Amino acid sequence: MITLNINKKTYDVDVDPETPLLWVLRDNLNLVGAKYGCGLAQCGACVVHLNGEAVRSCVTKVSRAVGQKVVTIEGLSEKGDHPLQKAWIELDVVQCGYCQAGQIMSAAVLLRENKNPTDADIDDAMAGNICRCGTYLRIRHAIKLAAENQRKGK
Amino acid sequence: MDKNNLSETFFADDDRVDGLAKVTGKAKFTAEFKPAGLTHAVFVCSTIAKGAIKHMNIYEAKNAPGVIDIIYYLNCPAVPGYKPVDRIANPNARDFTGLKVFHNNMVVSNGQPIALVIADTYERAVHAASLVKVEYIKEKSETDFDKNKFNDKLLKPRPEYVRNQKDAWKNAEVFLEEEYTMPVETHNPMEMHATIAVWEGGKLTVYDKSQGPKNVQGELGRIFAIDEKNVQVITEFVGGAFGSSLRSWPHVHAAVIATKKLNRPVKVTLNREQMFTMVGYRPQCWQKIGIGASKDGKLTGIAHHAVSNTSSYEDFTEGISSVSQYLYDCPNVFTTYKILPLDINTPTWMRGPGPGTGCFALESALDELSYKLNIDPIELRLINNAEVHPQSKLPWTTKFLKECYALGKEKIGWHKRPTTPGSLKEDGMLVGYGMAVGVFGAGRNPATAKGILKNDGTLLLQSAVSDMGPGTSTAMVKIGSEQMGLEEKKVRFELGDTDFPTGPTQGGSGSATAVGSAVIAVCDAIKLSLKEIAIESIAGFKNVKPENIKYEAGKLIAANNVSIHFMDLLKETGKPEVQVSKSSSSFAQRDKYATNSFSVHFVKLHVHPVTGVIKLKHMVSAADAGKIISEKTARSQMVGGAVGGIGMAMTEESLIDHRYGRYINSNFVDYHVPVHADVPPMDIVFPNQPDYIISPTGAKGIGEIALVGVAPAILNAVYNATGKRVRDLPVTPDKLI
Repeated sequence: MITLNINKKTYDVDVDPETPLLWVLRDNLNLVGAKYGCGLAQCGACVVHLNGEAVRSCVTKVSRAVGQKVVTIEGLSEKGDHPLQKAWIELDVVQCGYCQAGQIMSAAVLLRENKNPTDADIDDAMAGNICRCGTYLRIRHAIKLAAENQRKGK
Repeated sequence: MDKNNLSETFFADDDRVDGLAKVTGKAKFTAEFKPAGLTHAVFVCSTIAKGAIKHMNIYEAKNAPGVIDIIYYLNCPAVPGYKPVDRIANPNARDFTGLKVFHNNMVVSNGQPIALVIADTYERAVHAASLVKVEYIKEKSETDFDKNKFNDKLLKPRPEYVRNQKDAWKNAEVFLEEEYTMPVETHNPMEMHATIAVWEGGKLTVYDKSQGPKNVQGELGRIFAIDEKNVQVITEFVGGAFGSSLRSWPHVHAAVIATKKLNRPVKVTLNREQMFTMVGYRPQCWQKIGIGASKDGKLTGIAHHAVSNTSSYEDFTEGISSVSQYLYDCPNVFTTYKILPLDINTPTWMRGPGPGTGCFALESALDELSYKLNIDPIELRLINNAEVHPQSKLPWTTKFLKECYALGKEKIGWHKRPTTPGSLKEDGMLVGYGMAVGVFGAGRNPATAKGILKNDGTLLLQSAVSDMGPGTSTAMVKIGSEQMGLEEKKVRFELGDTDFPTGPTQGGSGSATAVGSAVIAVCDAIKLSLKEIAIESIAGFKNVKPENIKYEAGKLIAANNVSIHFMDLLKETGKPEVQVSKSSSSFAQRDKYATNSFSVHFVKLHVHPVTGVIKLKHMVSAADAGKIISEKTARSQMVGGAVGGIGMAMTEESLIDHRYGRYINSNFVDYHVPVHADVPPMDIVFPNQPDYIISPTGAKGIGEIALVGVAPAILNAVYNATGKRVRDLPVTPDKLI
């Protein structure tokens, strides 16, 4: 039995400690916001926060998360009102939406560390997140909008 | 250009209806449904391209922890629809031509699914699949397109097209003949294809990543000999598809075979490598164009030849060279198209199918011709603008291509384009401007929708379509809200369930016109019902004819200025709701009009003079897509198509090692799709002119023209920057140094 702290809740799961965190989240805990896009840490669809840092849950053993704080897109905000989520909606960032949890979780770390990211900062920080619908331009713009709103205390 | 300039175009109050669900992880995609007792299944795939399975040892895998069953050709229950059709008993029936999964021991492509391992968890299924040992009888396979593209023994020719003289271009005052090639491109939606099948009490429920749930329902009914009414297909959210979900592939059949065999729900999930070998791709293509014009730029002849690949077991074709028949006014046109069967899986339509490939060659050739003629490329296109369809001589329903040239030219700053290639530099970088045209068929397919208008002032609309990302629900909510005079938040559109009225397969940029027309028909019928109720029951409406009652912002208004809101009408008459189902037919006036949507794409880019690295600086797409129903989602669609075009032009290429007939770059590290840093600022402009001949929605479709023409616009800009003409996609830096 493995005990996990996810989105401020405690979960006990009976899984092999080698199991990727992604499958524990999706198949055992029904937290399906983190997505399976490659299984090889190549696309970023599975990004979650481990103690505040962005990790690719598809290559993170669940044992690594024991005793740590895991945050998934479901726990990023209570009502979907994180500055990034609000900016995402305002600018119609999503299309199919599949990669967006990973995009937002990566962007959340950037935004915490960098209150006023430039285009280059965004391109660097988001380099590991692929979107096939081609929403990149709006992601760049939404991160800037969220940063601006955050600075204004909105 | 300041990237922040986009704010003026992106800020508008018309949010995507499922935006919140998609930014909070609540949108439920296919693999995320959990029927009780769900089992997890993965494929074992062939590692040879042609031959037969001599022996499959499943012993170790079968005994691995958690394994429930392994299905392969020796133990697979017979699939009724895989048998050849009895043509005497069923003259209209067709044999199933797709891959018959686990049907026999034959191997027709590398990566072909040959066994399904079903276990209690995904991880255990993956592990067990790795333990299956296969011995093959290998035959010589042929996967090399370039080696065989002129081999008449293998090629299957399609009908030729000749308008007047075949070779007129050769006698023109100015002419050229060039070859253009494109590699295999793979759709690679971010969501892996998956199917959950549940066989229970004679009823089949299938959760599927599909662009056409009704299509899957019909196919599964036929293949498994189940009455269609006992097959339900659910497709709530689709994580991108771009054509790869236009038909049901082997994994859909395998899931049904397994659930029927085991009597338990089975989920089959593909991995990224399998996304290259099982769910289609844009075929490799060789094209040759001969094109000639008079000195003043009037086209005199085009010859456009194309060869693309298919599989050994199915003939896949798309309209590649046919774009040259109608995009420009040209008296002499000759087009040919041949397909080359290879020992790989079957291709399928990928965003902008046909014209996406054809326009790459035609629009490149036209650019080359413009330099030979010393005529501006836009001017050359205007000189040859087709006022009517060049073959049928029919007028277009609407055509605002000229407006697109004007709008886009202005936005990109076309006047700064150097007329001599390689002559303009900025910050040490070579600067180039390019443009190209995109085109796609427009039209209207039949569709049915249901509407329920309730006395609480809400409207629920339903149709069995799916939304792979363009925002179909958002557009339908907009139409419903506009028709019924309701706030958008009072209107809901439900899709993705075959229990809803029949909707079309989402593809070919046809959802908005088809489903939108059905929604309008539904709203018209609801209004008529409301009027009839008022005439029947409300004093001031007695003896008034329905046509003399106006419907405005939810109110019925008779000529004598008596009015009643529909909510009050329904409450007063004791009716909780009005429910209507309506169909809209396909576009009937095909013999009177030509129907197309058009786009013009403009690119400004930098090329590093030493390394050949291309940096896109600004892109503009102008689209004659008819009426723009939902501006935000329409712009997003256009931007997304342009990003797809960047991939086609600069990065995407699926590569096969022909010794084994196996893809060698079937992952996101080696198959390069565009990423954040690749995408420049973009402007999207629409003439926004409704086409009410095609449908009452006024729309013509966006999804395909967003991509068609983008790649040649980039290639043409590369030439303008460097003087180097690249005719083989993708234009990687090595081709420029």
